Amino acid sequence: MLGFWHQILAGVATGGIYASLALALVMIHQATHHINFAQGEMATFSAYLAYALMVSGVPYWGAFGITVVLSFALGALIERVLLRPLAHAPDLTLIGVFIGLLLILNALCGWIWDFTIKPFPSPFGSRPLLGGLVSSAELGTIAVTFVMLLLIWAFFRFTKLGLAMRAVAHNPESSRLVGIRVGAMLALGWGLAAAVGAVAGMMIAPVVFLDPNMMSGILLYAFAGALLGGLDNPFGAVLGGFLVGVIENVGGAYLVGTELKLSLALAVIAFVLMLKPSGLLGRAVASRV
Amino acid sequence: MTPLLVVRNLRAGYGATAVLHGIDLAVAEAGITALLGANGAGKTTTLRAISGTVHRRGEIRLTGERIDGCRTEDVARRGVAHVPDGRGTFRELTVDENLRLGAYTRPAADAAEDRARVFGWFPVLRSRLRQQAGTLSGGEQQMLAIARALLLRPRLLLLDEPSFGLAPIVVGEIFAIMRDIRRVAGVGILLVEQNAALALDLADQACLLETGRIVVAGPADVLRADTTVRRSYLGY
Repeated sequence: MLGFWHQILAGVATGGIYASLALALVMIHQATHHINFAQGEMATFSAYLAYALMVSGVPYWGAFGITVVLSFALGALIERVLLRPLAHAPDLTLIGVFIGLLLILNALCGWIWDFTIKPFPSPFGSRPLLGGLVSSAELGTIAVTFVMLLLIWAFFRFTKLGLAMRAVAHNPESSRLVGIRVGAMLALGWGLAAAVGAVAGMMIAPVVFLDPNMMSGILLYAFAGALLGGLDNPFGAVLGGFLVGVIENVGGAYLVGTELKLSLALAVIAFVLMLKPSGLLGRAVASRV
Repeated sequence: MTPLLVVRNLRAGYGATAVLHGIDLAVAEAGITALLGANGAGKTTTLRAISGTVHRRGEIRLTGERIDGCRTEDVARRGVAHVPDGRGTFRELTVDENLRLGAYTRPAADAAEDRARVFGWFPVLRSRLRQQAGTLSGGEQQMLAIARALLLRPRLLLLDEPSFGLAPIVVGEIFAIMRDIRRVAGVGILLVEQNAALALDLADQACLLETGRIVVAGPADVLRADTTVRRSYLGY
């Protein structure tokens, strides 16, 4: 029984990472109505930045903070430079840009830091806690992701800027009419998504080890989570991320084995699209044609 | 005295389709100008061109200062509040959040004062603060849209068919409030309205728009007496 509960908690720990990345996906999706396929690679790049900082002697939490800030700036820059000129471009163009960004960032990581797999430190160690129920790394990851999600929620719920960003996501046209600078809000949204992704990247890197492709699987879980919860609902995406984490861990341990864990994410995607395309908390959109 | 709004040779359209072929109009300080015309004449496009939500050419001056090169958010920041067709409320957000967004560019102290004043005109909104805006009745949504626009503390209010889809009694209420808003807040209003009788009653000046051109313009009383206007838009 202890083993089962441990699987659940380990699922919550990785689920928190999926939830963070799912939240980043949903934030971009609300603004652009597209899935940012490069979200995972952006997080990988951030993790490499943290790695480079730590190698050059910056302590863990210092590197963590600097990476979050740098990632925010890079995310905002990507919006400004790559996406602003494409505001009225057809869907396929945007998808092309996202895939291009994925390839560029992936290759850039390998080019700068080479393709060999590297260990990434965890600030929480890996001591077993509560009689082996949970490890200190898992507990630390859960704590960091919870604090971050709480901060993001408070930002959107209680600040004027957060309200303006929500307004832009719902109705950019009306946002302009009340004087909100929509362009700045979109850049801010990309920055936030990149910063959230950076935290996810740094939390998962000690588990999966640092390599340019470390996020490709994670992004799939995150996407499954976002879809399960509802692509248009940030709460749903977070809930979905946690659920997928638990499903993956429990299913991997008792059902399909670790080799086939990723197929569980694909199964979740397939079932959601077949049975409830709007997700658990998403809103079904009816449109006249 | 410089008029609040002067528009000269305004042209606008959607892509290759030109809708406005060079129109001139003006709104006096705390004046109400009604823009009349049939469907498709370009009334809505005129308001959109002024607020910069469509591409436009020509001259638009707000108290003498040119705003035709400004982006929509900057036009709003200069004190032009546009209540677009379809009302432009944030349906997914609460009434309170809509009002807070209306005051987005205002300092907090001013916003509180304006809010109290707006609740004086639209007391129903105060009891609906936590409600999602999309679930309000049509009349309440129109009131919210006007309230939100007023929280910008505008000098000029662009109103697109405030009577659209509303029961006559609600329309009467909203028009009475508009009269009061002009008097108390000193806001100039450019009013687009299908109901010409109602609009001419409220306005001091009026223009009749036909396929993107102004065909008659002048004091509201003169237009009310004009045979074309009477036959086509007042129906007697």
